[in-house]
Parts: sequence; structure tokens; C-alpha cells
Amino acid sequence: MPLLELSGVEARYGPIKALHDVTLTLDDGEVVALLGANGAGKTTTLRAISGTVRRSGNVSFGGRSLGRRSPESIAKLGIAHVPEGRGLFPELTVWENLRMGAYVRGERKTIRAEAPRVLGYFPWLEERKTQQAGTLSGGEQQMLALARALVSRPRLLMLDEPSLGLAPTIVAEIFRIVRELNTEDGLSVLVVEQNAKIALESSARAYVLEVGRVAVEGASAELERHEGVRKSYLGY
Amino acid sequence: MAEFAQQIVSGLASGAIYASLALALVLIYRSTDVINFAQGEMATFTTYTAWSLMHHGMSYWPAFALTLAIAFAGGVAVERVVIRPVERRPELVIVIVTIGLLLTINATIGWIWGADVKAFDSPFPNNTWDVHSVTISVQDVGTLGVCLLTVFLLWGFFRFTTVGLAMRAVAINPNASRLLAVRVGWMLALGWGLAAVLGAVAGMMAAPTVFLDPSMMLVILIYAFAAAVLGGIDSPAGAVVGGLSLGVVINLLSRYVNFVGTELRLPTALAVLLVVLIIRPQGLFGHKVVRRV
Repeated sequence: MPLLELSGVEARYGPIKALHDVTLTLDDGEVVALLGANGAGKTTTLRAISGTVRRSGNVSFGGRSLGRRSPESIAKLGIAHVPEGRGLFPELTVWENLRMGAYVRGERKTIRAEAPRVLGYFPWLEERKTQQAGTLSGGEQQMLALARALVSRPRLLMLDEPSLGLAPTIVAEIFRIVRELNTEDGLSVLVVEQNAKIALESSARAYVLEVGRVAVEGASAELERHEGVRKSYLGY
Repeated sequence: MAEFAQQIVSGLASGAIYASLALALVLIYRSTDVINFAQGEMATFTTYTAWSLMHHGMSYWPAFALTLAIAFAGGVAVERVVIRPVERRPELVIVIVTIGLLLTINATIGWIWGADVKAFDSPFPNNTWDVHSVTISVQDVGTLGVCLLTVFLLWGFFRFTTVGLAMRAVAINPNASRLLAVRVGWMLALGWGLAAVLGAVAGMMAAPTVFLDPSMMLVILIYAFAAAVLGGIDSPAGAVVGGLSLGVVINLLSRYVNFVGTELRLPTALAVLLVVLIIRPQGLFGHKVVRRV
């Protein structure tokens, strides 16, 4: 049974339908990429899963239908959503941002138990603990957002365009950490990307969305050779 | 010189009252993005509640504590019942709801307790200390102490507890907080509860000198507005500094500038409000609002 399963999911913002019919699955321990052009519905798909957009159709996680659950209760099931724009608290310190990641499982004991493990991936955060998150560079903020999601020890990590606006070396570093989390801890990851190349290199399977529907799906290695995908998203 | 020091202390005492109410305004502004015009009336209501408790034989400090608990519950209830339904509406709608709340609470106070002025006990003795020939009123020191202690406890709550942290997070980014499993609605309600507690402290500290009547907090609310704007409407530290300095400045002006006297105290506060809004709209400690188009 897959960890995450979407079937016939529709979502709308007011009168505008953003998802028409999205069906996808993600197995436990798998990295799956969600590709597509601007406005194809990638971000909305993540929102439909975390319950932050009005949706219909079925979304189930760990065999349980999410139905009309609130975003808070979906987060409690172990889905960590790093949203578009990272969702950090710029006026709070780095450490306070991390503590907020632990909130879902009981802040005090969780931060004590998980901080050492997470700081192992991002050792530089240790010296920046008391700095305001808003004063970090874009890449550092993205890593803090990732670290904050990891503090909750999620069963599923959802990343919305982690590469956006970042230098290629930093993007490579972020995806290296994601792969490491997957291979070492068996973390399941659903990642939305415009940067199709790095997303396909880092994932086992991928879905390509076009105007709110799944247009192409398959193993990432195969999609890299797929002519349509290559022309539209890889640019050669 | 001795009198000057005395005036400063008494200015700090009234400033601490303004600061408490200003801080209540800032707390709500940060989470709900509006000025709660009913903050003063909520404070008046709770002060009357304290009066009733004491009138029925309770002694001061137990009545004080019970009133704070009632104020907290009342603040939470007001948010859940009155503000929640209009939470997502434009800010102007919420502002008008708070003005409606002001009128409703004011009328309710008159209905329950009548319009006549009542005396309100002070927990502090009505005598003075002489420190190096400066005469300090114990009343002033007590008022300052209670207000500052409240502010300090609140600061500790926001700084050191998980719920306080979550409330700060919600004020900054409610959507991101929701994704981290924070129940945003309840955090907002808690903020209203805490603001009501601050108002209750301000009301009970002000009542012995201004006496208890249905519009006792009206003038204090205007000072609190001025203090909050002076400090920066989104800055809690600014509200406290703004309140204290406004209290001192107004007290000194009305004592030493004949032209101001007691009659022009309130217009002076309004002048401060106006000047700050023109010269430095973000206040002393506030953040500049940048609109990106």
C-alpha cells in the first residue's frame, strides 16, 4: 500500500479551478518529483495534501483518508510541508524557528531529542541560533526551512521549489541533503520543482503536471530520456 | 529639584497605566491587525467587576486575582464570539465591530452598575516615603510596580513558553503556523484574553485616582493610543517605553508649562500622536510598512 495516494483530486481558488484530476502515489521511502510549468498546479497539489486549499476527490495518507481534516491535524499525522516562500518566521531567531518545527510533537521534548540529529546535517545553524531568521541569506533560509521540517521527524516531507532563486551550488547542496535523508533515514519526499534536471536526478519517480492534470508519469531515469519532457523541461 | 523628581515618579505611575493599555492594543494589533477600540471599555467592565467582588466582601488581592481570571475568560470569549465571525473580512469591518463592542459594553456597564461615580479602593497606603528629601507617594510606586510586574510576567510568557512562542509565530505568519500544527484561532483568542488582563490591571490601577464611572477609561485609552503610536504600534517594548515617557512628559509639561496646565493634558497627548504620525509614522521601535506593488 502506498504511503500517499491521490485519486481524482480537484482543487479550486474561488471560481478558478487549479487542479482538474490529479492521481498520484508515493511509496514509503520514495522520493517523487512533481514537475511542470508555472500554473500547472504543482503548488496546489501540495496544498491539497496539507489541507490548505479547498479540494475534492480522495487523498489518503498511511491508508487513512484525509477527508476534511484541518491543516493542523494533517500536520499531526506526520506530513511536513515546506511551503512556497519557505514559511519561516523572519523576526524569530533561528532556534525559535526550529522550536516551532517541534511544536507538532510536543515542543520541549522533541526539540531536545531531535536538534542534535538535525544540526548534524546543518552544523552551521549551531552558531547562528540566536540570529533572526530574516537576516539569513536565501540559501541559508531554505536550509533552515528544511531543518525546521526535519525536527518534527515527518513521515512525509513535501518541498515546494527548494531551488527557487538560489545559486546552483546551494541547490546541489540542498538536494544532496535530501538524497542523504532518503537513503540513510528512509525519509519519503515529495518535491515540487521547476528545475527538472536536478529533480529528476534526485528522485526515483516523477509526475509532470499540465494545466491541473498529470500529463506524464514514470521512473525519473526514463523521463530524462522522454522526448517531450526533455524538450519542454530540460531544454535540449 | 526634589519636586522635579517627584513629578517624574508620578508621571511614571500614570505612564505605567498608559503602557499597560497600550501594550494590550499592540498585542491585538500584532495578531488581528486592527486597533481594538473597545479595549478601554473592556478594562472598565472588569474594573467594575472587581468593585462588585469587593463590595460583596472580598478583600483586595483575591478580588484582583479573580478579576484577572474573569478578564482573561472574557477576552477569549469576545474574540471567539464577536471577532471570529468577521476575522477574514477587511480590517475596516473589524474596526467597526470593535467600535460597536465599545458602545455595547459601555451601555451594559451603565445598565448593570448605574452611571454614578463610585470610589474604588487602593491596595496601597495613602502615605509617602521621603528619599533624600524627595517625597514619593506609595500609591505611585505601587501602581508602577504592579504594572511593570504584569508587563514583565507577560514578557516572560512570550519569551519562555511554548504557547508564547506559538503566539508570536502566529502573529508573524498564520499560514505557516498552521502547517506546523498550531491552532491559529485559539492563539488569537488567547491574545485577546491576555490583552483583556492587561486592560484589567490598567483599570484597577487607575480607578483609585480617576474614580469608577462608565467612561473612566476613555481618556486613558487616548493616552494609550498616543503611547502605542509613539512606541511603534507593532512593538511591545515600544508600547511600554512610549507609555512611560508619555506619562512623564505630560506630567512635567502640565506642571511646569503654565500654558498647558491640567486643561491641555489631553490635547498635548493628541499633539504627540499627530507629530509622531507625521514625522515618524513607524514610531520609536516599530517597523516601517513597505508596500510592494
